[in-house]
Order: sequence, then C-alpha cells, then structure tokens
Amino acid sequence: MYSPEIIAEAVVNGLLTGGTYALIALGLTLVYGVLHIVNFAHGALLTCAMFAVLGMHLWLGVDPYWSILPLAAVFFAFGYGLQRFVIGPSSHGEDRNTLLVTLGLSIILENLLLAAFKSDTRTLGADTAFDVIELGPMLLSRPRLIGFAVALVTAGLLWLLLSATDTGRAIRAVAKEKLGAQLSGIDPRHIFAVTFGIGCACLAVAACLLLPTFYVNPRVGNAFVLVAFTIVVLGGMGSITGALVGGLLVGVVESLGGLLLGESLGQLGIFLIFILMLLVRPTGLFGARA
Amino acid sequence: MSARDIAAPVLLVAVLAVLPFFASGTMLNFLVSALIVALGAQGWNLLAGFGGQLSFGHAAFFGTGAYVTALLQIRFGINAWAGMAAGIALGAVVGWVIGFLSFRARLRGSYFALVTLAFAEVLRILANAADFTGGAAGLLIRLQPGFGNLQFPDRGVFLWLVLGCILFVLLLTASIERSRFGAQLVAVRENEDAARALGVDVLATKLKAISLSAAITAAAGCLYMQNFLYLDANIAYGTWISVEVLIASIIGGLGTVLGPVVGALALHGLGEATKLVSGQITGIDLAIFGAVLILSVAFAPNGVMGLRRLFKGRAG
Amino acid sequence: MSLLSVNGLSRRFGGLLAVDGASLQVPAGAITGLIGPNGAGKTTLFALISGFLEPSAGSVEFDGQDVTREAPHLRARRGIARTFQIVQPFAGLSVRDNIAVGAYLRHPGRAEALVRAEAVAREVGLGSMLDGPASALTVAGRKRLELARALATEPRLLLLDEVLAGLNPSEVRDILPVIRTIRDRGVTILMIEHVMQAVMNLCDHVHVLAQGRMIAEGAPRAVCADPVVIEAYLGHGAADRIKAEAPHA
Repeated sequence: MYSPEIIAEAVVNGLLTGGTYALIALGLTLVYGVLHIVNFAHGALLTCAMFAVLGMHLWLGVDPYWSILPLAAVFFAFGYGLQRFVIGPSSHGEDRNTLLVTLGLSIILENLLLAAFKSDTRTLGADTAFDVIELGPMLLSRPRLIGFAVALVTAGLLWLLLSATDTGRAIRAVAKEKLGAQLSGIDPRHIFAVTFGIGCACLAVAACLLLPTFYVNPRVGNAFVLVAFTIVVLGGMGSITGALVGGLLVGVVESLGGLLLGESLGQLGIFLIFILMLLVRPTGLFGARA
Repeated sequence: MSARDIAAPVLLVAVLAVLPFFASGTMLNFLVSALIVALGAQGWNLLAGFGGQLSFGHAAFFGTGAYVTALLQIRFGINAWAGMAAGIALGAVVGWVIGFLSFRARLRGSYFALVTLAFAEVLRILANAADFTGGAAGLLIRLQPGFGNLQFPDRGVFLWLVLGCILFVLLLTASIERSRFGAQLVAVRENEDAARALGVDVLATKLKAISLSAAITAAAGCLYMQNFLYLDANIAYGTWISVEVLIASIIGGLGTVLGPVVGALALHGLGEATKLVSGQITGIDLAIFGAVLILSVAFAPNGVMGLRRLFKGRAG
Repeated sequence: MSLLSVNGLSRRFGGLLAVDGASLQVPAGAITGLIGPNGAGKTTLFALISGFLEPSAGSVEFDGQDVTREAPHLRARRGIARTFQIVQPFAGLSVRDNIAVGAYLRHPGRAEALVRAEAVAREVGLGSMLDGPASALTVAGRKRLELARALATEPRLLLLDEVLAGLNPSEVRDILPVIRTIRDRGVTILMIEHVMQAVMNLCDHVHVLAQGRMIAEGAPRAVCADPVVIEAYLGHGAADRIKAEAPHA
C-alpha cells in the first residue's frame, strides 16, 4: 500500500496547503464574526482575485508573489466599496436579505468572469509550480512552502491589527456590541466595510499564493468556497484560531483523501465533513456554544 | 376555496394554454423551459415563502426526479409515466431525509442554506462519478414520440402537460394557504417558539413542507428530462436550477401563489431579451439574473405580486 | 387533586442553578400567583413547566400524568398554554390569523377555527382589531393578543408570564376582569406577576420564588407581610427596618 514516507509527505503538503486555505477562511470568518453574515460571494471574490493575479502576470509581467501588496490594496478597496455601497444598503439590515444579496453578487461576479474569459481553464504556466525542496526523505513543494509562510505572516499581521490598532479595537467592539460601539462614536457602516475589505484583501493574498500551483477558471471559486465554509464551520464561525486550525486540518484531509480516494471523491470527503459538522456541531470546534 | 382564489390561477393558465395555437416554435420552446423552472420554483416557494426556510440546494430534488425517471426508463425499461411518478416519490423522500437531518439539528437561515447547498453538491459529485448514472457522459433517453412515452413531438401538447402540472400545484398551494397546515407552516416561519406553545409540531410541519416542496421540484426535473431527453450531473444537480428557482420566486413574490410562475416567466423573458441584445455571450444572462436578485431585494422585496398589492392599496 | 404538580424541579445552566428544588401545587379552577424579585427564576420555571426547557432534576405532573420530558407542543395539546414575557406576535399576519393558529389546535377546519378566533378576540377585547395587522397593535393590544392566542387553544391550565408588564394603570384595570372571566369559565391560571395590585386582586394563593428557591406561599396578604419575602425583595434586614419605622407596632 502506501509507505509511511508517502503518507507523511501527503500530510506535510496538506499542512502547507492548509495554511493558504486558512487564509481564505480567515476572511470569511472575520466577516461573519463582525458583520454576522455568511458571505456567499466569498468564492466568486476569490476567483476574481485569481484572475487579477493571472492578469498581472500575463499583461504586466508581474510575478504573483510581487502582486501581493498591490492586489491586497486594490481588493481591500473593492471589498470596502462592495460592502459600503452594495451589500449594506440593499440588505436593509436583515439577515435573510444579506444571504440573497451575497448570493446575487456571487452570480454576477462569476458570470461576468465567464462572459469575459470563457470557461477555459488557464494556468500560470510557470516552471516554479514543480519546484521542490528536500527536507529529509520528503519532497516538499516550494510554492506551497512559500504559501504557508506568507499565510502565517498575514495571519500574524491580522492578529496584530486587531489587537494593537485603534481600527482593530473598533472592529472588535462592533463585533461584540454594535449598539454600544455606535454610541461610543464608532460608525458601524465604516467598520463593516473595513472588515469586508480586509476579508477581500486576505483573498487577494491567498490568490497570489495559490496561482503558482493552481489553475484558474470562472468556476474555481466554487471549489474553494465550500472548502472555506467547511473550515469556518469546523473552526467555529468568527474564530480566527479556528480558521487557522481548521484550515490545516482540511488541508491534511484533502491531501490524504486525494491520495487514498482520488481527486473527485477526495472532494467528497470535505463535503461530508462539512455536512457532518453542520448537523452535529454547527458552532465548530472553537466557536461559542450556541 | 372561494371562486376568487381559483380565478387568478385558472386565468393565468388559460392565457398561456391558448398560446400554442399561434406561437412560433422558438416561443414554445422558451415557454416550456420557463414553465419547467416555474414548476420547480413553485416547489421552492412552498418551503421558502410559506415555510421561511431558504434552500440553496433545490437542485438535489430536481436532479433526483430527473435521474430516477431517466434511469427507470433506460436501465429497467419502465414506462415514462410510472417513471415520473417514481421520480416524484423519490424526490419527496430525498427531501424528507435532508429535512430530517437539517431540521432535527435545528439548522436555520444561513446554516440551512449552506447545508442544502452541500447536499446538492454531494449528489452532483456522486452522480458525476458513478457509472450507474452515466458518469460524466450523462444519460440519453431514446427518442420515441408517443403519449405512452411521455414524449410529444408537438411542443404545444407538452406545454399543456406542463401547464396542467402548474395549475394543479397552483390550486394545491392556494388550498394550503387556506388550510390548517398552511396556517401552522406560516406560524412556524414567523416564530417557532410561539407556534410550539400553541400546539404546533414544528418538526413535523417543516418535514411535510420540505417533502412536498421536493416532490414538486422533482416533478419539474422529470418534465425537464422528458423534454430534453439528455441529462448529466451538472444539469441535474448543478447550481443553475437552485439559483433559478430561487430568483424566480423572489422576484415574482415570495410566499404568494402566483409569484413563482410570474417570476419564472419574467426571469426567462429577461434572459431572452438579454441574449438578443448581447448576443450569445455565455453568462451575461445569468449575471443579469444576479443583478435582478440584488435589485429586487433592495427595492422590491415583495416581488411583482407584492407590487401589485401596493397598487391595490391593501395593507402589508 | 392538583391540576398541576411541580416536585423538586431544578435546572442548572453551567455553574448556575437557576431553579433549585422548586415545588408547587396548582389547584384546578383557581388563580395562583408566582411572584419574586427579578432574576428569581420565575420565567425559567414556566419554561420547565411548559416544556421549553428540560429540568436537571424533579418532575412536573399535569392532571396526574408525568409530563416532565414531554415536548411543548404535546403539552399544549394536553391543555397547558402559556404566554411569553416578551410578546411574540406572528408579525406578518392579521390579528384574526394570529389567534386562528391557536384555534386550529382543536378545530381542523378553517371556517370553525376562524369563528372560534373571532369569539376569543371578542372575549379579550380585540373584536374591533381583527382584520388589522398584528404588528400595528399597541403594547396593551399585543398582550391581549398573547392572551387570545393561548386561550384559543382551549387550555385547562393557562400560564401567564407577566401579562400586565408594560401596561399603564387603566390598562391593567381593564384587563383584570378579562382574566377573572377566563377563570370563571373553568380555566386554571398560574400567573407570574410584578404588579402587586393584580396579585392582591386576582390570586387565591401565591408562591414566592427567590434565587431559584421557593421561600413562601399562602394567601396574598399574608405572603406580602411575611418578613422572609420582604427581605427577598428589599434586602437583608429590611423587614426589621420596616417594623422599626412603623408608627404603631
């Protein structure tokens, strides 16, 4: 069957990919924790980001890793605008409406991309995709290693932002007690938009990390969104630690699942975990008990 | 039911039923497609509008109906009408199972939407991978026109069949609206605890609703199969149908009897109009659907039927 | 025999014992009061009696049958109805349709249920508001709606959770006879109340709950003069202080 080295390698590679998954999930869980909405457009936004990275590379010749900062800024602004001027106003504050609005947004984004780029799958075509680094008996994918490192750094920066800056404090205040925060002079609409913007910025970073080893087509976001949701539900909606741990866990499950069951059924494993978590413990491993 | 309740549905169906006599082939094709979605939307609307549970995975029921009737005909040589009956029945069962798992776990709102989405995706992956369902290649029903095979070369006749189903469900919905089950379902939607305190078995009510909803949408799946004679996992269980039945019901008027039908016709009409203007660029029509959804939520949350009420001056 | 018999009922939330070994008997046909300072656990007790919470210990018997673990809707079918402290109308429905939901419990047919709903509405004084939306009712109106909905289920025991809260004195005065009429029709009532005027006026017997425990019971006047009860409301030593300040012993 499979030797322990192959399994160990799959596990480590899974952990590395999991780091990037965690980054994707971070944005989702942050938005939920602060705005208390499930952002159904998360996957489509990731797809947009991935096309943006692709575009930067193909038309501007910018290496994905150098695109991280500029795209993070652009997507922050994009996310800010979306929440401030589209999602927030259309929803009239009702959860059910936000559900529908983010769904509508995901449909628009996905299909505009489809219309613009057709459904062909594209890859970066870079040789770096198969770079490996030897670590003892294991061959680790270099892009994945970089992805893991950058994801950790980003998560760290995010943590710093939330705990040490005024904006971060405002975000935490609004998350805990919106009315109180409002009475203290904080504008919730602005904070909501900032949070959403941060979520999109995380997606932009994740897109830059994923592109070297991944393909892009207008539907790729769908694949990631369910993974992201699984991570967030596993880790607990609104829990940053949960998103990180959940991301690593899902990365490993996917890697092992793909090894043992093959690509398509491996995906199934993730869905089943997702459904199981929703049914058994929707608040997640780290979330507050409902 | 009063004459007033029956009048509007009958009138709508009558107007549509006259069309085959002078509509073009393209027009009839459009109507058949739109009305199949309308039937699916009627199912969705029962659970979402009356029951308040928004499912993002109604494809699970649509696809089940389609696959069951296709498989029974292709692999077991069973009659198409029996196949449709089986498809509807099994669709209801799938609805019950998904409902039981989700409602027992007290899932609501976003969580319920997520889990239904996940179930539909699981079915899609399984159907795409299994040989039994034709895998990625899909299933094809042999072209054998005839009443017994539920295949009608005359589009108009098929349209009447679809309209017959729609009329049946319209009347069923109207009668539910006026029944004890309907009142209890709406009570559950408005406030579960208050409903419980008044003796309503909340779980049983929700299960009844989702089973019925699934059966109706499964019927739409069966009709789709009989119309197009080809099916694969992405058509059967793809997000397109989950999304279309949702948007149709919302823009038509969530929780109204006529809403899903009106909404589906409007939505598909809009889709056709978009295609005329933008050519055959894939995706533009769906992108417009997404925009319509957002606009509807933002400005006309009660849909077309709700706007009608506004003009008539009635309260709420 | 008591219609409702609560024995040693307890409910724990993590480290907090919200209800601690509470027992009470509610005789059929009477109006029994349940009073106590805020946070005493009265609504929790109601939730346990009506089935919305499961007890950590103890039992609830209704009409001689053990209903301790029965689901709320089944208890409603047995004849236990409750109102909620924070009124919860079915906002999208008319007053008539709101009450009809309750009436449907015993009357499966629509026409019957609507007729019954109208009758109940008139009984509580909402006859003129039947066609209007429930969301347009004032606080007093909503309280009456809560009452009407519960009554429409034709209960034998009616649990009223602060049905008078938020009403001004004249509204309170107007609703008291309605409650009395309900009892006169044969419905047993157990009411949580803070409005002492109502408690004195209506209740045959009163139980006092403080910090999850039953500390006193008896006729309304006796209970209100009980030093233990005064201390529970006003704090330690209050009873003595009041006695010391009284002009005549």
